[in-house]
Amino acid sequence: MSTYTHIEGSLMPLPVENLDTDQIMPKQFLRIVDKAGLADGLLYDLRYDGAGKPRPGAILNDSRYRQAKVLVGGANFGCGSSREHAVWGLLQYGFEAVIAPSFAEIFYSNAMNNRLLLVQLPRALINDLVTRSLADPTTRLCIDIDTLTVKLPAGGHSAFPLAPRHRTMIMQGIDTIDLTLQDEADICAFERRHFADRPWAAVF
Amino acid sequence: MSRTTYQKLVDSHSVKRIDEDTVLLYVDLHVMNEYTSPQAFSGLEARGRQVRRPAQQLAVVSHIIPTHAESPRVIRDAASLHQADNLARNCARSAIRLLDANDPQQGIEHIVTPELGLVRPGMVILCGDSHTTTYGALGALGFGIGTSEVEHVLATQTLVYRVARTMRIHVDGVLPFGTSSKDLIVWIIGCIGAQGARGYAVEFTGSVFETMSAEGRMTLCNMTVEAGARAALIAPDDITFDYIRAHTAFPDPQWREALQAWRTLKTDDDAVYDAQFAFDASLLAPCVTWGTSPDQAMAIDALVPSPEDFDTVEGTASARRALDYIGLTAHRPIVGTPIDRVFIGSCTNGRIEDLRTVAAVVAGKRVADGVRAMVVPGSGRVKRQAEEEGVARVLVEAGFEWREPGCSMCLAMNDDVLAEGERCASTTNRNFEGRQGRGGRTHLMSPAMAAAAAITGCITDVRKMGGTQ
Repeated sequence: MSTYTHIEGSLMPLPVENLDTDQIMPKQFLRIVDKAGLADGLLYDLRYDGAGKPRPGAILNDSRYRQAKVLVGGANFGCGSSREHAVWGLLQYGFEAVIAPSFAEIFYSNAMNNRLLLVQLPRALINDLVTRSLADPTTRLCIDIDTLTVKLPAGGHSAFPLAPRHRTMIMQGIDTIDLTLQDEADICAFERRHFADRPWAAVF
Repeated sequence: MSRTTYQKLVDSHSVKRIDEDTVLLYVDLHVMNEYTSPQAFSGLEARGRQVRRPAQQLAVVSHIIPTHAESPRVIRDAASLHQADNLARNCARSAIRLLDANDPQQGIEHIVTPELGLVRPGMVILCGDSHTTTYGALGALGFGIGTSEVEHVLATQTLVYRVARTMRIHVDGVLPFGTSSKDLIVWIIGCIGAQGARGYAVEFTGSVFETMSAEGRMTLCNMTVEAGARAALIAPDDITFDYIRAHTAFPDPQWREALQAWRTLKTDDDAVYDAQFAFDASLLAPCVTWGTSPDQAMAIDALVPSPEDFDTVEGTASARRALDYIGLTAHRPIVGTPIDRVFIGSCTNGRIEDLRTVAAVVAGKRVADGVRAMVVPGSGRVKRQAEEEGVARVLVEAGFEWREPGCSMCLAMNDDVLAEGERCASTTNRNFEGRQGRGGRTHLMSPAMAAAAAITGCITDVRKMGGTQ
């Protein structure tokens, strides 16, 4: 898998609180057994009206933001349904990172498992990013995954939290299943003991 | 060291500690559906991996299935049929138990799994669906996972799991007339917010649970995820054990052994939670959502809030956006708001107890003119039971559509969908924009409240309906 240490690019501001995964990837795009075509579904109802015509006011339809690599969102980003299609769609659309004051729990794991970087920053910094990006769509920033800092357009840096395990997952990509399968002997031993002690937990 | 119920569940399932925040968590049972599992099976296949413990998997066709009253059931939509067939193929290849479209036990994952006796205190149960928190009602640790994690569970029967912080929500008192556990959880979410429990495993305690049925507890734990909770739990007690006994067939010696273990599955007296809330059940009124997030909720007799009522810029902006979408006027009663549709069902409120409640409210009455009211039982078993008890007949005579089980209009992945602008009194769990259909307006409420709305044709305080309920 490829290794990377930085994400650098322009921003798309979408400061909506509790932006749920139903909105990020509506139901009609979940009718698949693969991961194809999800860029088209991303934030569909915000982008298109009931007749399927692009909404003129929608930032996703503003060509000046089409190259954005970093989505700047509101608190509790990705709440609701566990659908990983939301993360796949964000990546397929071209986003490499989402910055928000907080992220929903299942969305967070899904993002890590797909190497979509999630950057949690204080709200004041996010408000500044939103203001700047709205005023100037070419506003860029650089996220250093190695040092866990964001170089801010206002000047200066801000640190962000990321567990060491997640940092490695984002930078190097990890086959988590391969890693766990190395513990097969431990899992087998656990399993025998577990069901011997707790026969009522066995559904087989 | 003193531990909470949650910590005991995590400890008893930790194969090993991975790092400070993370354990390798053993999974006793893994439940799947047709739309969040396909890519997991493809992933396994692409890397030549096997399902490690087929007998600890269960699959259910639940989300995409049409609910028209027809037998046998036919999935006519090509994409949905492909998803159902794909699930059947994947399950057949790996010898996984599947409840297919015409299986008599088919239904919504979180209704079927407890019914089959597969949820027991002290278990860890995962599913690629956020409402897996339901199982905490029976003292099991349940939570939703993404498709990559589904693949991981299939391959290893474990999950790389970030351990949550612990929160206690204590509720004393008795639920007042006209309210239910649905009102209680909507009230709690309204108070603590859609991310009030984010990152926490919530344990519910308090005297209100002394009289709350296992089904009522499932409604409560199911919807706790709407406050952002990673899990919801109620320590098992006699109500739990009665439910488990009725739904399993343990031989007596094994049952006694299990009971002994389960009675220790509770928070130690001096254990400390990371956060706490307390509520007084006697203050509860029937609740209804006014907005597009489950925390945008109000007591039925209150006034719709105004964006200016919120003390943060974000709260104001969210309220403005929500009111614009939902089409309500600030500072006006919500009572009397006309509705077009009623939906009774979902993993939150599609159980027999919920249908009995609806029947009690609507018995001898008629669904209001111009209102389309649907009942979608949570499972084949719920449906048959309601038919045998006469509940179904009462609903049909009142003018409700009596349909086949599935997730249906809770998320509208099948053809049960709100049209643009239609307003729905719904017993479901999410009032998100477009959730029940693009431009559809969802008001979450209890089964009794949705039943009252069906009869009057508008959002109604069920306490003022008269008659039994």
